[in-house]
Amino acid sequence: MSALIIRGVRPYGEGEPVDLTVHNGVITAIGSTSDTDAEVIDAGGLVALPGFVDLHTHLREPGREDTETIETGSRAAALGGYTAVFAMANTDPVADNAVVVEHVWRRGREVGLVDVHPVGAVTVGLQGERLAELGTMARSAAGVRVFSDDGLCVADPLIMRRALEYTKALDAVIAQHAEEPRLTVGAQAHEGETAARLGLAGWPAVAEESIVARDCLLARHVGARLHVCHVSTAGTADILRWAKARGTRVSAEVTPHHLLLDDERLTGYDPVNKVNPPLRTAADAAALRQALADGTLDCVATDHAPHAAQDKDCEWSAARPGMLGLQTALPIVVATMVEPGLLDWRGVARVMSERPAEIAGLPDQGRPIAVGEPATLTLVDPAGRWTVRGADLASIAVNTPYEGMELPGTVVATLLRGVVTARDGKATA
Amino acid sequence: MKHLLTTDGLDVDTARAILDTAEGLKGTLLGREVKKLPTLRGRTVITLFYEDSTRTRVSFEIAGKWMSADVVNVSAGGSSVKKGESLRDTALTLAAAGADCVIVRHPASGAAHRLASWLSHTDTCVVNAGDGTHEHPTQALLDMATLRERLGGVEGRRIGIVGDVLHSRVARSNVHLLTSFGADVVLIAPPTLLPTGVADWPVGPAGSLTVSHALDPELPTLDAVMMLRVQAERMHGGFFPSAREYSIAYGLNEARASLLPEHAVVLHPGPMLRGMEISATVADSPRAAITQQVNNGVHVRMAVLYHLLAGEEDAA
Repeated sequence: MSALIIRGVRPYGEGEPVDLTVHNGVITAIGSTSDTDAEVIDAGGLVALPGFVDLHTHLREPGREDTETIETGSRAAALGGYTAVFAMANTDPVADNAVVVEHVWRRGREVGLVDVHPVGAVTVGLQGERLAELGTMARSAAGVRVFSDDGLCVADPLIMRRALEYTKALDAVIAQHAEEPRLTVGAQAHEGETAARLGLAGWPAVAEESIVARDCLLARHVGARLHVCHVSTAGTADILRWAKARGTRVSAEVTPHHLLLDDERLTGYDPVNKVNPPLRTAADAAALRQALADGTLDCVATDHAPHAAQDKDCEWSAARPGMLGLQTALPIVVATMVEPGLLDWRGVARVMSERPAEIAGLPDQGRPIAVGEPATLTLVDPAGRWTVRGADLASIAVNTPYEGMELPGTVVATLLRGVVTARDGKATA
Repeated sequence: MKHLLTTDGLDVDTARAILDTAEGLKGTLLGREVKKLPTLRGRTVITLFYEDSTRTRVSFEIAGKWMSADVVNVSAGGSSVKKGESLRDTALTLAAAGADCVIVRHPASGAAHRLASWLSHTDTCVVNAGDGTHEHPTQALLDMATLRERLGGVEGRRIGIVGDVLHSRVARSNVHLLTSFGADVVLIAPPTLLPTGVADWPVGPAGSLTVSHALDPELPTLDAVMMLRVQAERMHGGFFPSAREYSIAYGLNEARASLLPEHAVVLHPGPMLRGMEISATVADSPRAAITQQVNNGVHVRMAVLYHLLAGEEDAA
């Protein structure tokens, strides 16, 4: 494989521009170079970051290929700067066995644009009643290391305790969708002033917080690791702060939409704003940005959730929850965290790449930009701006809440072990 | 006014114009043997009801017919997505079939808003006849018409709304309309039946909104009391321990009604559960305005249709 030179780029947005030389998928030199045979990416003005890792993606294959496939989702991921994604288990059939997880893993490899790691279901059929064959999925070719019933909460405290305890032997982590189901029967929107006024049944913050508190106690009790999906409330951030301070092995993610949007958007009842957990208050969003900056929240995860038009262009209560996220994640992190000075580019590398790779135990993702390390990189134009058009996104579905919004920060190129997977808005492999 | 979706944001002048029109229509039709005005001849009005309703649907139908509109009733069962055609397709179909106005009742909050947005490229107007637990604007207008007749207006008047405010579209529409006309509204219910943060809802500049959990101390201060229906599903949903306990604490019986000032009016949007939230003797007493509300409902809905379908021609 001939060399590739990324010319004039600033790793982590720091120091003078340098040239990165890549051979056989590995960074072999950092500094100025004059290799004339090499393919050159002119990266003047760009920031190099380790490739992004998304712990929370719905790729919808198998089952809802009319909204997203592993191929189209991989394209969206590469265009969004991602080099690894974790495909959630709530497919049809459910990824609760080795056959399904191996299928997802193989399809991801065939497409080859991003490392697709299937998430295994914690319980059979996401029913919350019996543990799925976690060990078999862990030992399968897919090598599952993250288990989640996402979309549904592992609500039974005994099942959750056993799942946490059992996965200790698998070097895996349980990612919990924290939602006490008895407190969210029929829930449609954040329980607060807006939902009350709109006559939408409330999804109270305490339904999330009570499960997070319980699971932190359980994880500590059995000495296991816990990951909390899509933290949405200020109260959850407080509980995590407390749990981490007393040494609980807990990590947590926040979605771009919970950083940026709030329940004021529900006026007008457009279900493009319907998501689970729901958009909270502006005060919650501000608290989440602070918690991400101070490390209470470890990382950003998209909860990319494609849905067909007919499942969104309907009355609010009939609509499915979820929104596209892969291609808009970085710009929203730039808008909510970088521009206000809450995170520098080193911080972006931490929350978008290094910490998620660490949480999921990926050895070759989220690595330093250094000689001898894999050339798994995302090149970002910090001065770039673009206007979101759902129809232009790579996903089959178009359910973006950011339609028509101008966002800062563009992904110019994505490299997976030296292979360019996206460049100038086109997925390339 | 293109649509009537809520009273939240309905400006006072428009609401007053509708009420004045309703009053005029009532006067015009009073004592007439033939109740028919030619105003909406050739216009097509469709009632699209996804929930069972007798009084509201009939009221709209009579209103349309007395204005000489062609009224078509469509009853659709079940929620749109689970069974058959989507709400969007139904709306587009009715508009394409020539509906000048679609009057919609739907179990989903916001359904009328969605309908209006899907029909924004057409001339078809939408009237919200009750959307989930959100709003029921014509009910609030007819309640206001009744209070104007009984009390001469609501400015500075204290109006109690009693019962399941949490799930009540009637309460939401009334809170907005009454306070925008300068009334002091007090919501009286157990804490489990009040919406989150209700005390902080924005209200009209002259009005006010307060919350109470006890009915008896409020009664002597009220100029009108509006009793909300307690739906059977709430009784079994754990919102309060039993129908008996609810009735003891919040039911308007004769003894309680005697605590009201002499002039105070009793309203109920119907259908009533006699013996539950209101006793038969109170419901049938002279201070009850329940049949007057129904009667005003027809005239108010005539006025709404008039302002939506004929208003512009009139202004020109």
